[in-house]
Amino acid sequence: MNELLLGLADDELIIGWRDSEWTGIAPMLEEDVAFSSIAQNEIGHARAVYELLTDDADALALDREPAEYRCAPLVELRLLDWAHAIARRWLYEQADEIRISALREDDDARIAGLAAKINREEAYHRMHAEMWHERLRDELRFRDAVAELWPYALGVLPPAQRGELASRTGLAEVGAVERGTHTDDLAQLWDEMTMVRRSQPAGTQW
Amino acid sequence: MVTAEQVWAALDEIADPEIPVISLVDLGVIRSVDVHDGHVRVEFTPTFLGCPALEAMKTAMEEKVAGLGAEPEVRVISDDSWSTDRITPAGREKLRTAGFAPPAPREASAPQLVQLQSKAFRCPYCGSTETKLENIFGPTPCRSLRYCESCRQPFEQFKTI
Repeated sequence: MNELLLGLADDELIIGWRDSEWTGIAPMLEEDVAFSSIAQNEIGHARAVYELLTDDADALALDREPAEYRCAPLVELRLLDWAHAIARRWLYEQADEIRISALREDDDARIAGLAAKINREEAYHRMHAEMWHERLRDELRFRDAVAELWPYALGVLPPAQRGELASRTGLAEVGAVERGTHTDDLAQLWDEMTMVRRSQPAGTQW
Repeated sequence: MVTAEQVWAALDEIADPEIPVISLVDLGVIRSVDVHDGHVRVEFTPTFLGCPALEAMKTAMEEKVAGLGAEPEVRVISDDSWSTDRITPAGREKLRTAGFAPPAPREASAPQLVQLQSKAFRCPYCGSTETKLENIFGPTPCRSLRYCESCRQPFEQFKTI
């Protein structure tokens, strides 16, 4: 299986799940709508990428053990304050744009076509992140959150693409929190995310 | 024997599940219809990949084709070939009449925040361009929220994709 695509799909699924946790409790109604919509898009992207890899996207998304997921630790973190949530969105979208741009040049037309489609949708996520970055960039809490999450953000990308992320964000490259390791937060998320799937009787149709 | 024209006409009867004023044909999501010996292959491109109406649209198309006495095969094509530019002129007019501002034309690069914040978008109620962006996101993935400062009416803007 294509590890790069599986990592991408898992990132999109898990960050979509984390973004959806703001539904109903975001600090303002507009952001309830925004985070819910972003979450829906990210999970849609995950499904489309899983479908490149398998005939049963649900099984791939939900039937693995936590240790088998290939997501980056950045997307797993359970972030309970707004400064961190926005810092992650901003860092993630910057990293995601770099890898999606690379995939648009892929030799496999299905991968390149899907990457182009995803990029057009992600443009709206980037706008949202940029808008918030503009608003919060001089706030100490936000800067601290960015600094804390920066090693995790580097871990979203393979080493060859990290220099570009550093120059885009204006942050110095440091040791990354690498993909392939997992935080304790993933187990809690996985338990909730797969609960219905695990409890349904065999053969259930939705 | 069923013809491609009959299939297109039948598909034109399917309303968009989330914006029922326009049909799937108006929306431009049906890329092709191929008819061979009572077998109908429809190629369909999703608007947004996370659109929850995707399955409902697929099922509705299969039922319409089966209703013509043909065997349906609906293929979902997840690439960049659908754009809001594919919404037909009739579809754009129906959107406007229902209070949705139709999308701006697609450009080579993805849209930028500065464009959405510009005064280029027209209010579907009064026609004024004195409108401002309220939220990039809206009740479905394909819509943004704007506010008209001339007639003081909030409205939904179809996002350019």
